[in-house]
Amino acid sequence: MLRNCEVFSIPTKIEPRQLVVPGTLLAEGKYNVGFNAYREGEMVYSSVVGLADLRNDTVSVIPLRGCYIPYVEDVVIGEVKEVNPTMWALDILSPYEGILFAKEFLSKPLNTLKEDARSYLDIGEMVIAKVLSFDRTRNPSLTTRGDGLGKIQRGTVITVDFTRVPRIIGKKGSMINILKKESNCQIFVGQNGRIWISGKTRDEEAVVADAIRKIEAEAHTSGLTDRIQEYFAKRRA
Amino acid sequence: MKNEKLISDDGIRFDGRKIEELRPIKFSLGMLKNADGSAFVEWGKNKILVGVMGPREAHPKHLALADRCRIEVLYRMATFSVGERKSPAPARREHELSKVIKEALEPAIFVEMYPRTTIDIYVEVLQADGSTRCAGISAAALALADAGIPMRDLVSSIAIGKVEGQLVVDVKDEEDKQGDSDMPLAIMPSKNAVTLLQMDGLLTHEEFIRSLEMAKKGCMEVYQRQKEALQEHFQKSANNDEET
Repeated sequence: MLRNCEVFSIPTKIEPRQLVVPGTLLAEGKYNVGFNAYREGEMVYSSVVGLADLRNDTVSVIPLRGCYIPYVEDVVIGEVKEVNPTMWALDILSPYEGILFAKEFLSKPLNTLKEDARSYLDIGEMVIAKVLSFDRTRNPSLTTRGDGLGKIQRGTVITVDFTRVPRIIGKKGSMINILKKESNCQIFVGQNGRIWISGKTRDEEAVVADAIRKIEAEAHTSGLTDRIQEYFAKRRA
Repeated sequence: MKNEKLISDDGIRFDGRKIEELRPIKFSLGMLKNADGSAFVEWGKNKILVGVMGPREAHPKHLALADRCRIEVLYRMATFSVGERKSPAPARREHELSKVIKEALEPAIFVEMYPRTTIDIYVEVLQADGSTRCAGISAAALALADAGIPMRDLVSSIAIGKVEGQLVVDVKDEEDKQGDSDMPLAIMPSKNAVTLLQMDGLLTHEEFIRSLEMAKKGCMEVYQRQKEALQEHFQKSANNDEET
């Protein structure tokens, strides 16, 4: 009980959503350290440029810039960069290349004597895949087993800054649901910042892509969901 | 030029600065599209552009480190950056400064977070006017922050010189060439940790202690400018809370 009180009696050094830079003192005392923050003794500091965030008693920083680092269970969109006899190397907009084994893509072993891996997946093609395992000592291995995963056959893929992904999805999917409802397109947001849009026409897809660009540019402003709704209303009129 | 006094009797330096006064410093960020992070600094007449690429896959692969990210720095002076034409071939001095800058920045970066990758930092000196390594380090810290690379702290740097028997802050080209000593210092300001300390020439023990104090003060001033530049650059994407 007393320990709990202690946690909240020590004030943080920052306002909520304050812009912080690497090395900014965020809090002092028994706070938990979240993303993009680090502890040194009793002090918690920011490690990137971003917006400070305190949830319960966890101090973290919402990054404004950065690159994607894979996490297990993340669903990403990768572009085939390299074809090997039994696997594909996918660019997933990360320092680490994704590895997709034929077994994970085809659900059966690939007979390299009879078939060519290129006939299934060629360089430049896009794949929605899930991260199976990753620990930074080896490249992330991917799988396409599961609902909605696999090679992308139609539609458009656009790339956004990976730090904007949470905003494009919105709280409990609020933003992505607006996009889907207003546009009648199928949209899938990969954790690594690639977004697949599939509509009846190219124009429909372009409208969604435009809206997403707008979200990306104004990501850290409030009232954005309303503005996106207005944007679609204007488009229809 | 040789016989000209660099510091007047009432303590004003030949470019009009006081003993402990820095040159005007202006940082700006994010002007390069193809680099992951970039910064430009106008530090008096110094003009230095820094681009950061990465973290990205290490090439060639055998140079990748299994437990941390490799930091590569390329410090380069443009052919037109100094009065006499500088040969475009990399000189000994450039190799040395690349190494020095790398070692000044590395302690600030969480290199263990991205094993087997590389971060490339390109420091291009477009116009040189003394203390380019200090300006380069300070700008590179901003470019790294702009690239979103996790760091313990920014790195701020400044040089202290001894000119005509007096210690001066932020050494200009002429003061470096005609002075008795030049001492660049780089620190992580909020950690109070030194990442670079060099000395050229002669200082007494007392002078060295005083130089260190003056340099720390100067670094804190650079740190303020760095923070202001980051605030200014990132504010537009961050502060529109009043809209609701």
